[in-house]
Amino acid sequence: MGILIDEKSRVMVQGITGREGGFHTQACLAYGTNVVAGVTPGRGGQTVKGNIPVFNSVAEAVDRTGANVSMIFVPAHSAVDAVVEAADAGVGLVICISEGIPVQDMVRLKRYQKDTKVRLIGPNCPGLINPGAACKAGIMPGSIHLPGQTGVVSRSGTLTYEAVAQLTKLGIGQSSCIGIGGDPIIGTDFVDVLRLFQADPETDQVVLIGEIGGVMEQHAAAYLTEWFSKPICALIVGATAPSGKRMGHAGAIITGDSGRADSKVEALRDAGAIIISNPAEIGETVRKLIESSHGR
Amino acid sequence: MKIHEYQAKGLFARFDIPIPRGEVTTTPEATVQAVSNLGGCAVIKAQVHAGARGKGGGTKVVQSPEEAREFATGLLSTNLVTPQTDSHGLPVSRLLVEELVDISREHYMAITVDRTRCTPVVLVSRFGGIDIEEVASFDPTAIHVEPIDPVLGFLPYQARRLAALLDLERETAATAAQIMSGLYQLFVQQDCSLVEINPLVLTASGQLIAVDAKADFDDDALFRHPGILDLADRSQENGLEAAAAALDVAYVKLDGNVGCLVNGAGLAMATLDMISTVGASPANFLDVGGGASAEKVAGAVGIILSDPDVDRMLVNIFGGILRCDMAARGIIQSYRETGSTLPFVIRMLGTNVEEGKTILRESGLKVTFAETMSEAVKAISEVS
Repeated sequence: MGILIDEKSRVMVQGITGREGGFHTQACLAYGTNVVAGVTPGRGGQTVKGNIPVFNSVAEAVDRTGANVSMIFVPAHSAVDAVVEAADAGVGLVICISEGIPVQDMVRLKRYQKDTKVRLIGPNCPGLINPGAACKAGIMPGSIHLPGQTGVVSRSGTLTYEAVAQLTKLGIGQSSCIGIGGDPIIGTDFVDVLRLFQADPETDQVVLIGEIGGVMEQHAAAYLTEWFSKPICALIVGATAPSGKRMGHAGAIITGDSGRADSKVEALRDAGAIIISNPAEIGETVRKLIESSHGR
Repeated sequence: MKIHEYQAKGLFARFDIPIPRGEVTTTPEATVQAVSNLGGCAVIKAQVHAGARGKGGGTKVVQSPEEAREFATGLLSTNLVTPQTDSHGLPVSRLLVEELVDISREHYMAITVDRTRCTPVVLVSRFGGIDIEEVASFDPTAIHVEPIDPVLGFLPYQARRLAALLDLERETAATAAQIMSGLYQLFVQQDCSLVEINPLVLTASGQLIAVDAKADFDDDALFRHPGILDLADRSQENGLEAAAAALDVAYVKLDGNVGCLVNGAGLAMATLDMISTVGASPANFLDVGGGASAEKVAGAVGIILSDPDVDRMLVNIFGGILRCDMAARGIIQSYRETGSTLPFVIRMLGTNVEEGKTILRESGLKVTFAETMSEAVKAISEVS
């Protein structure tokens, strides 16, 4: 089953006539995604990629095609506008691929989002994929994925692909892979996704990929302790990355030592997650995890 | 993006935040004149994009023209090293000469975005001055953190509440509240990532003055603030980092000898972590990004190769949108342009990987191929 998207999802692409939007629409179609519409203000009436209708507005696209998921590829300065347009049109799931959105725009968007039903993934994220349903709403290479029972949730893009490639090589398939994005303020965090994995009958174990900065991993650890019953392993990168003198005192005062890799590793380990100590051993760690959980 | 103290003070003044009288000088003569204009005594501060200047000898209270001339001559056109710079320090081309302020008390005031609450927060403390982070770790209650609703903004009652925490006389507290409001206006209007007044001084005569000023800006918002972009000082950036910024490549120089080229920040950090685990030392963090062209890859490689500390390079590319043959062409282009003969290890996966490998094999460059990240990291530590 996977989470959030499946073969029934009706996907629209905001920014479909742009270079990125067009390229990835093609790739999603080739993978099997049910792309039903595109939105580019001013280009309504056109047809792209063979037979995808382009509309001037999200509301029109929803009305005419029943689209219920949106992927956003518009430039950063109009990304929040695109997200709100989709939310206002009643779209339930919005995946914002665009990067470079000003932080204070996200502050305002988060405040607005509270009053809507939309689930936002991203921004600055690779999107999500459900290999078993041959459905992807994202920019990840479909060919490295394999249907299976391991859920993958990550703050990274290419590092997620690395993890998936290692899993697939060992014959360990994925139920859903979701990149939540690399920005400090995002629509969906680890806890939100873990909740979905916990409730998904097709996800037996989870891989979590985190990095330095913020306290998302610590929140995930708290959730694991209270609510999560499935085996989970975690990789935290950035232990050797340059430290945040750039944050200035205020940032450091707020997060203290929590932004550091060792702090996250400790929190997750204490919560029962198996820590992947080497990025080259993601696949192997999951293999052992599966073996030992079958042995129970 | 960072700016100098004197520029931050200029912005503060526009938002009615009191600052000391002062002027910026670029020569010892002008400095002497500036000190004289202030009545013969002043504080002289090096203008660099780093804190802890006092600890590095970058600030001084002077009482005479000779002192001023001597200090200015010894500081201008040199590099200032502080606990917040690397060993090369930062070039000093401007000094800020300011009136002395009669300090009764020092407070701390700042605004930043709290990524957990997802709102701006105003921070205030009665214990300002240097080492504010130690204060925070010692006694968390010493610093008050006030979340701001982005729709309502910073409300007057919140400003009054924070001002009350500073234990000031009624009128002074009202001024403190006004300063906070002005600071918040600046923070929002100019898309700051951080604004900081440390110390916000209470003088003997009951005035509040921002004796130091810091303002950092959200790089992703600069497109809508051309006036702020004009304040940039590239001399304060490491040359390689500035070159990388011009190419739109994320790059941070580190201390080691293994140059790194990776696509994706998470994968780049993972690569650095692995290099360190085998006892080798990364020379840089570099994320060439998703939609990179051969040109951009060439530029990124060029930056790595021009780092004198680099004696080998590790390339880790997981090609999704970034095609491996493009990456290969970019690497070769850069090697041809620079004439470099540095050995490199490349691990590539994804789109057009076989073509990329063929191109590199036929290039004549000293390349070692690796299939996995483990192999790549092992190979780079063994390369000669």
